[in-house]
Amino acid sequence: MQHDRHRCKCVTQSVVTSLDISRLAALSIAAVVIIVGVPLWWRTTETYRAWLPVSQIKDLAKLQLHLSADVEVVFARGTVTPEQQKKVPLTQTQDEEHAVDGDLLVQFIILRLQNMKPYRTATIMEEDALKKPTAAEADLSLHMLSESPCGSLVVYVIPESSSLLPEDVNVYIGQRRTALVRISAQMRVGKTLEQLLAQLEPRIKQVLQVMSFSHTDITVALSDRVRFRPGNKESIADSMRAFKSSPGYEITFSLLNPDPKSHQLHWDIEGAVQTYIQPLLTKLSPLANFSIDSQTLYYTMLGVTPRFDSSLEAYTLNADSLAHVINPVEARLGSNAASSNPVLNFLLYVPDIRHSPLYIHDHRKQEVPSNAFHSPRWGGIMVYNVNGFYGSETEFPVHVNINMAKVMGVFLAQLRLLLGVQSLSPPPGFLVAPCGSTGLADWELDRLMWSRSVENIATATTTITSLAQLLDQIGNIVINDNIAQQVSSAVTSLQLAMAELEVGNLGFALQYSKEAILASEKAFFDPSLLHLLYFPDDQKFAIYIPLFLPMCVPILLSMLKIVSEVRQRRREKQAKKE
Amino acid sequence: MTPYGSSSLAGSTHDALTRKSTTASRKMAAHRCSCSSWLFILFSLSVFVVADIHETTPVNDHHGGADHNAQTAEQTADQPAVEGRRWEATEVKEAATVDAAADTQGTSAPETVVPSSVPQPKDDFQEELVIRPLHSGDIYASFQFRTLWDTDFMRENKVSHYRLFPKSLGQVISKFSVRELHISFTQGYWRTMQWGQPFIPSPPGAELWVWFQDSVTDVDATWKELTNVLSGIFCASLNFIDSTNTVQPSASFKPLGIGNVTDHSFLRYATLPREIVCTENLTPWKKLLPCGSKAGLAVLLKSEKLFHSSFHSQAVHIRSVCQDWQCKTTSWELRQTVNSVFDLHNSGQAKREWSLFKMFSRTLTEACPLASSSKLYIDITDNPQGEQFELSPATSLLSQAVVLGDRRTFSVYDLTQETTFGSVRSLNLLIRWKSNEGEMLRPLLHAERYVAGYGLQTGEIHTLMYNNHPYRSFPVLLLDSVPWYLRLYIHTLSVTSKGKDNKPSYIHYEPSKDRVKPHLLEMLIQLPPNSVTEVTVQFERALLKWTEYPPDPNHGFYVGSSVISSLVPSTVAMDTNSTRERPLFSSFFPCKEESSYFVRIYTEPLLVNLPTPDFSMPYNVICLTCTVVAVGYGSLYNLLTRSFQIEEPNPGLAKRIANVIRKMRGVPPL
Repeated sequence: MQHDRHRCKCVTQSVVTSLDISRLAALSIAAVVIIVGVPLWWRTTETYRAWLPVSQIKDLAKLQLHLSADVEVVFARGTVTPEQQKKVPLTQTQDEEHAVDGDLLVQFIILRLQNMKPYRTATIMEEDALKKPTAAEADLSLHMLSESPCGSLVVYVIPESSSLLPEDVNVYIGQRRTALVRISAQMRVGKTLEQLLAQLEPRIKQVLQVMSFSHTDITVALSDRVRFRPGNKESIADSMRAFKSSPGYEITFSLLNPDPKSHQLHWDIEGAVQTYIQPLLTKLSPLANFSIDSQTLYYTMLGVTPRFDSSLEAYTLNADSLAHVINPVEARLGSNAASSNPVLNFLLYVPDIRHSPLYIHDHRKQEVPSNAFHSPRWGGIMVYNVNGFYGSETEFPVHVNINMAKVMGVFLAQLRLLLGVQSLSPPPGFLVAPCGSTGLADWELDRLMWSRSVENIATATTTITSLAQLLDQIGNIVINDNIAQQVSSAVTSLQLAMAELEVGNLGFALQYSKEAILASEKAFFDPSLLHLLYFPDDQKFAIYIPLFLPMCVPILLSMLKIVSEVRQRRREKQAKKE
Repeated sequence: MTPYGSSSLAGSTHDALTRKSTTASRKMAAHRCSCSSWLFILFSLSVFVVADIHETTPVNDHHGGADHNAQTAEQTADQPAVEGRRWEATEVKEAATVDAAADTQGTSAPETVVPSSVPQPKDDFQEELVIRPLHSGDIYASFQFRTLWDTDFMRENKVSHYRLFPKSLGQVISKFSVRELHISFTQGYWRTMQWGQPFIPSPPGAELWVWFQDSVTDVDATWKELTNVLSGIFCASLNFIDSTNTVQPSASFKPLGIGNVTDHSFLRYATLPREIVCTENLTPWKKLLPCGSKAGLAVLLKSEKLFHSSFHSQAVHIRSVCQDWQCKTTSWELRQTVNSVFDLHNSGQAKREWSLFKMFSRTLTEACPLASSSKLYIDITDNPQGEQFELSPATSLLSQAVVLGDRRTFSVYDLTQETTFGSVRSLNLLIRWKSNEGEMLRPLLHAERYVAGYGLQTGEIHTLMYNNHPYRSFPVLLLDSVPWYLRLYIHTLSVTSKGKDNKPSYIHYEPSKDRVKPHLLEMLIQLPPNSVTEVTVQFERALLKWTEYPPDPNHGFYVGSSVISSLVPSTVAMDTNSTRERPLFSSFFPCKEESSYFVRIYTEPLLVNLPTPDFSMPYNVICLTCTVVAVGYGSLYNLLTRSFQIEEPNPGLAKRIANVIRKMRGVPPL
């Protein structure tokens, strides 16, 4: 090249111009390649990626939850003096912040007072109701007076002299959304209203923690988002036992009859479900859809051969071996063909004649009185012994009518546990009314709804943020419009749900959180996201190289040449000047 | 980097798409994989690659999806405490249940021994095995299990309490509003000419046909979902059923249960001739039986023996049937069948004898306790005096049944009777042949099919139908469903019998749409007595897109069997009373008139070769064109950017050598 250039310099003018032209040609070809070729290539090989609300998703990732519950405090006659009554404050807000994790701020606004008259004195009708002989009756008649909305609480402050509550009980929690708080003697005497209120506050907070939500509930519900560090083993077990929030559950009752030759079992499952299970599920219907079915499975053996205990003259199953019991049975249980909701399995096992009676022993080698056990997030199994029917000359098969009251009592208890209806032990001085025929008090439902809404929001945000992250990291994935639409609707629902939680509209919050979870799952598991993942880059390059390499090398070389020539000329000019 | 790799990758994409589980973990794995390939490419091509390299940091496990994270967390948390926490004894709070129980004290009876007047259960289970020694020396064994249930799946409050009927199928019926469902999985081809008619016919591969209730609004979507669910239940690739192999026959597949439906828009029919049937299909099938494979006749269904046979077919038929003569109430019938033909004569022992143990490596010890009837039938029609074979243990119980236009005699073993099993408590039937003679009656109707023609462009499908009846002619319905990539020339359709043109009295033809739907051809043809009728139609092979080829394209493409349905004249009077107690094998096809019986015959599936490209071709083409372009471009580029000038030509080699010599000689150079 160098040699060429020298020669060029000394030849005629026309050669010099042709050299300029060739330089121009090289430049223009490079320009065409860069201006037309590259964008064309870019456009034609681009994957379609619809717009996602990335900034909103980033906001969601921080997850700032504000929970607030409406609490109305009503003073009964005899708790505040008339002059105090006039000074009852109208609004008061109390914030309490709990940081659950470093980057995640969950704020509980414990008290938010509504109706412009958060503290008020009782009306005449309420006074009448409070004069009922027992707390349960008072609770019922107060409920008749006013229907409080989902998620709200009414606390009645009653005088110390009231005979509604037993001696050692200070707080009574009713079946609905009301609580009675007895004002103690030292609280009242000679204090101003402010002091009275200040005295009352921790009580009300306690009531709220029992009836609505507490710090631990929310932490458990957020366990999806936050690495959960529980204090003790007990709370791990509690938090893991319940099923995760889902828009629906399938409840399956299975009667296992491993020995149809000896036992003919009859169970009135239809009637039993109607009487025992349905009321609870009707009550829980705002939370999720439940469907119930039952089946009878024959020749299903447990996975463990029970050991004969000669002292008891019975067969026993150890708690250690329970984990292996279910495996062979589960293969036959079958999944629900018609839906993909989680299945709660309840098995009633009637041991065969050679292994009867069968008892379950716990870790302390004690017989479990219910003869039943349950597995977290799976279901429960109960062993039902029928050896009482074997007489000396009984004819086989024995016809047995199963006592459904006994069975359903166990299954109902397991169902409550698995659905996360925790029967927590109330703080001292509290009296919790026994739940009625529905098996679930209103405030228990509220409690569940609080934690479910939070859990749904946490799950949906995790899904959406991880989807956004995934899409961000893998540029090859096509984002179709329908996915973008699902994502935006999930984000909108999430924002709405969080807003509703903030103002205390629990019902709406749950509704929106469910919508959010549905939309986010739909987007995350959309099969179209898989399509182009397998369009491999190595093949792309295999195709590009034969074309691009021979085309780009001359261009690059001539560009290099032009650059070096320009430099050379400059240097020569400088040399001339000097 | 080879295009072979690409085609297999495309195949795996296809697989991945068809599988429903599109989990996040898979996405992750795929991403990692592509990351590593990225790295590889980047290294090897570092000369070329421009600066916009992706960050290939290993993906932090953050977006493993909510469920996955949580699940592993749960597992790890559980691991150390498996004994401690996983299984918990249930403590029952008395208070909770006592309240509830109090409301219902009246209704819940205490546990008692049920008095003898147990209410008749609403469901009923029967099992049956028919064994027919065939003239070819093979043994035909046909199992039938029937569950009847008096219920209505279409009621408002849905049925959800199952006893004998399997829950999974019940849920399918009620969710998808199925009126009738027939599904069969078959390995091997039924040789009608050697074996006669089977009790329940089925084509090789998988066959599914479903009648939906007329309440279904979007039949196609329901059908798609149903096939997916069924493929899950039966572990089969029924999810490959889509619009390209689904047809709506107008006449061939009438409902077999009650209900006079004529609107065939609620019918869907599809076959997968390529489907291979094996143990994984049998296991879920056995799970549907109330006794499983633990008791009753189903203990004989051991897969290692069952699949070591010439022919194996398992099926599930769901339909609603009449309960009584007047048909006031209906009940649902689930019929599970296994048909297989064992080639005992050829396999090993030259002795012509067989036993249950030899066939199934099991003997029978009890009936299923849940079955109301459990019977074993041996066809001894050809052996009335015991001159052909000897049966031991012998039974005095004989039964006659009209089946497939023939009156046959059977030895019956009733498994619900203790005496059947004798003193050894086990039944091992033994047949010892005495003579080899005996001619089988030729079946009145049979058919065969083949592809003719040469080359990879056109071809011709020939379907031959034989009417062996000496003096009666009868009509048959021929159904052909041909995939779109064989383009039928319907104008070349010709039907000839005995050298003369035979004009079909009814033709229903639906042309195919490329990549959307197959051809459907249905014809009603009158078969003259003692004749062969030949149906031919020419076709052209289509070129597929290169991603549409299966992983082994040179194996060929299957075309499903033709279906021939016919009412064949019967030599004996058929039993038209559908509700009378009859053996299961003779009560599958409903019989409307005494003089004829219904027969369905499947021809062989076809295996057609399509023009198959060399799959490295696209890459070769790309390389070649790129090279050509590069060469052309290179010379053009040189022309444009280089300057050319004439240089002093160098003296030639000879001249130089001459000059050297001249120099040495001292002579001036040239």
